Amino acid sequence: MHPALAVIFLTLFSGGGFGLMALVAVVNDFHIEGGLNPLQTLVAVLISLVFVTIGMLSSTAHLANPKNAWRAFTRWRTSWLAREGIFAVLFYPFAGLYLLWVYFTQAPADSVGLVLANLAGLIGLVTIFCQGMIYAVLRTIRQWNTPLVPANFYFMGLGIGATILAAERIVFGAPATAFVALAVALLVAAAVLKGIYYFWISRPGGPTIRTATGFNRLTVRILDQGHTFGTFLTEEFGHTLPAARARNVKLLMYLVAFVIPIAALAFALGTGSAAAALIAAAAVVVGIGIERWLFFVEAQHVVNLYHGRPSC
Amino acid sequence: MRLGLVIDLDTCVGCHACAVACKEWNTSGTTGALTDYQPYGAKPSGVWFNRIRHYEIGEYPYNKTVNFPMSCMHCENAECVTVCPTGASYKRAEDGIVLVDQNKCMGCNYCSWACPYGARELDRASGTMKKCTLCIDRIYDMEIPEEERQPACVLTCPAHARMFGDFDDPESPVSRAVRERGGYQLMPELNYNPSNHYLPPRVHAPIPTEGMRKKAAAKVKAWVNRVVER
Ligand code: SF4
Ligand code: SF4
Ligand code: SF4
Repeated sequence: MHPALAVIFLTLFSGGGFGLMALVAVVNDFHIEGGLNPLQTLVAVLISLVFVTIGMLSSTAHLANPKNAWRAFTRWRTSWLAREGIFAVLFYPFAGLYLLWVYFTQAPADSVGLVLANLAGLIGLVTIFCQGMIYAVLRTIRQWNTPLVPANFYFMGLGIGATILAAERIVFGAPATAFVALAVALLVAAAVLKGIYYFWISRPGGPTIRTATGFNRLTVRILDQGHTFGTFLTEEFGHTLPAARARNVKLLMYLVAFVIPIAALAFALGTGSAAAALIAAAAVVVGIGIERWLFFVEAQHVVNLYHGRPSC
Repeated sequence: MRLGLVIDLDTCVGCHACAVACKEWNTSGTTGALTDYQPYGAKPSGVWFNRIRHYEIGEYPYNKTVNFPMSCMHCENAECVTVCPTGASYKRAEDGIVLVDQNKCMGCNYCSWACPYGARELDRASGTMKKCTLCIDRIYDMEIPEEERQPACVLTCPAHARMFGDFDDPESPVSRAVRERGGYQLMPELNYNPSNHYLPPRVHAPIPTEGMRKKAAAKVKAWVNRVVER
């Protein structure tokens, strides 16, 4: 698939924003390490809203005909994309009201505040599920057609959220041991789950050029694609990544998305260094951005079979 | 009704006439224009509803060239319609034709991801998704003679490699052709249940090319060729 920056940003930033909001709700529900004070809550919810907005804006940038974007809320009965749009928009009033409530009452964990925070967090988690299902329902792309996709989206989104929250606590000088522990646990789980995913998609399977053309018992080779230069199909679906390069990018991804944030968080927790905490937050966003780029570029649509690939 | 096409891979000569006729008819049709990018430039490209690819199947000497036209298959399980968030993509209940309402499409490309057969192409000029309409503006046009109420690609094919008809009627020419010639669907394992069917090439004994006794005329011709070459 063409790794369009718009869709990478959509799933990356909105996933992180929703994960952050869900964790804010959990932390204030259970008063983890005293909970977040009003200022910490405001900053976290604001970051979450900014992230979700970056995601939403870049998703509209991806549309070729954005004037019809409002229609995307109409087919929620069948389309996960429509469902995602609806829940993403529904997130705003609850997160926004929580922000205002905390700002005016300075009570992030009273019952009204908690109801708003939990609803926002829940809607955020539902949106992440819809986002994952947008890809997971496509039988045309073997690398996406697996429940591991929404599972990955969950752990990555929550991992980004937890890292940002832990970094914020350290920057504010508040006790952060439980926050760092939560972030490390989520990042490790995300890394393991991604490893399972990579193992899964590396096994061959799915349609071949033979089943695509119907000559099931013969060798089939492309003689001519029938077009002089690229078409929409080759531009949108033709991208590949040579195996050696994919391995290197994956190593880089594991380093930036998981190793650096975990090390930086541990260091920041020990020394109270705000710079290390910020590095952790930045690295996790960049690293999972690389993971999302891989997610798109490694997806091999079956239409490539008709352009001569033996299998996808 | 379940309207669709039958493509005869035995007789298709790969001339691309159907693709050209399709483009000509539909560029001024309901989902037109079919925009061209840089038509006279260095990298000509553009929107087509119908593309023909060419394959070699089998191993020498039992190999064969197969020309392979593909347009929208008007699938029964049209996931392209299921995933469309705007309702721009729809499948008509009365005849199974899958269409894109150009006034509703927001150009998100999602339906093209869901189509296994590469039938949908985004028009970068209009920002909307376009695809084969099964020439809906021909097949129901009461102003033209009845025998011409067929898709442009079917009418134009010089090899009669394309047939149009109703697959729900077991006695229609398309149903009979599929039954008698072993017509099949592409990538059945994805379970889109496409309406369009493909007729496999007929099995012929390979034409021998080696170790044949040359006829007298051929001998003379070979001798003349040698002489003329000198
Ligand atoms: S061929 Fe593609 S565009 Fe046509 S109905 Fe089937 S899935 Fe949809
Ligand atoms: S590109 Fe248009 S027709 Fe296709 S899914 Fe998006 S809105 Fe629907
Ligand atoms: S049926 Fe019409 S629109 Fe479809 S490929 Fe043939 S000519 Fe083109």
